[in-house]
Amino acid sequence: MKVGDAQKIAEVCRAAKSLGFNYLVDICSMDNYGDDPRWTVVYHLRNIVTGAEIRFKTDVSEEKSELPSVIGVWRTANWHEREVFDMMGLRFTGHPDLRRILMWEGYPHHPLRKDFPLAGKPTDLPGVAFTRVTPMEGGPFVTIAGGNDSIAREPRVRNPED
Amino acid sequence: MQAQTEQTEFGYNSKIEGDVVLTTVDAALAWFRKNSVWPMPMGLACCAIELMASGASRYDISRFGSEVMRFSPRQSDCMIVAGTVTYKMAGSLKRIWDQMVEPKWCIAMGACASTGGMYRSYAVLQGVDNIVPVDVYISGCPPRPEAVLDALMKIQEKIGKQPILQNTVAAKLLNLSEK
Repeated sequence: MKVGDAQKIAEVCRAAKSLGFNYLVDICSMDNYGDDPRWTVVYHLRNIVTGAEIRFKTDVSEEKSELPSVIGVWRTANWHEREVFDMMGLRFTGHPDLRRILMWEGYPHHPLRKDFPLAGKPTDLPGVAFTRVTPMEGGPFVTIAGGNDSIAREPRVRNPED
Repeated sequence: MQAQTEQTEFGYNSKIEGDVVLTTVDAALAWFRKNSVWPMPMGLACCAIELMASGASRYDISRFGSEVMRFSPRQSDCMIVAGTVTYKMAGSLKRIWDQMVEPKWCIAMGACASTGGMYRSYAVLQGVDNIVPVDVYISGCPPRPEAVLDALMKIQEKIGKQPILQNTVAAKLLNLSEK
């Protein structure tokens, strides 16, 4: 596990690939809402031959919100970076086709940010798509651990306890 | 406002005098229609697997007349929405529904298609009845194939009661339909 400088991530990944980590498992991102470098982008690499894995984490601050793309190292990063862009709003410089992959183009928000509610915000793109706020009916339906029977464990309505 | 006349397969509709012949033709046409409902499987997620199971040999859906699953909207009667409808897919789904030819019916199969299911989030349409008119809702996650067949039977009951020739232009010209 290493923490690197965001602008050098492409060279670091290329170096790792030459060391044998030739499989990019995943690129994900974290929203440190409230901390100063707001975004942390995590790269998981794997050496298929030996089975060794390594994880790189880089921090990107909110004002910049950009880091170089590793498409030159692995072509599969194309869709992972599109997903990071769609869900978090981080742009990747050098990406040939940076557009939304899970939500539709023209969707104004980035859903996996911490300040985006789970129920969603209403949007309207006439002719393309729309979203409405979802009725949550008492919060996400998580179970209560350790009840006597499943009726106690899985309440029909659960008020979020703060 | 024209009242929909209920009719049975056998016997006359005694409320409409002189309408005996048309009513039984209606009943016969409705019988033809309901025993050949070709589904359009809008199989989006896990419910599609149960839909495939209900079309397979054990819970045979073609016993009820749904001999083929026509994937073309022009060739099908009933759209079975099986699976989670995301907002992104809702546009295509509505487009396919609009392309289906009248008469058409819709079955919302499973919890996700009926109400959004367990996915109460920003990306999931909370019920396909927000965009298409649903005739039968099937609950379950996923519903058993027998539940799908039961819903098909309910659609068949509904189709069996629909007046067909009474609503045509010819019938209105001849003043044979109820006003």
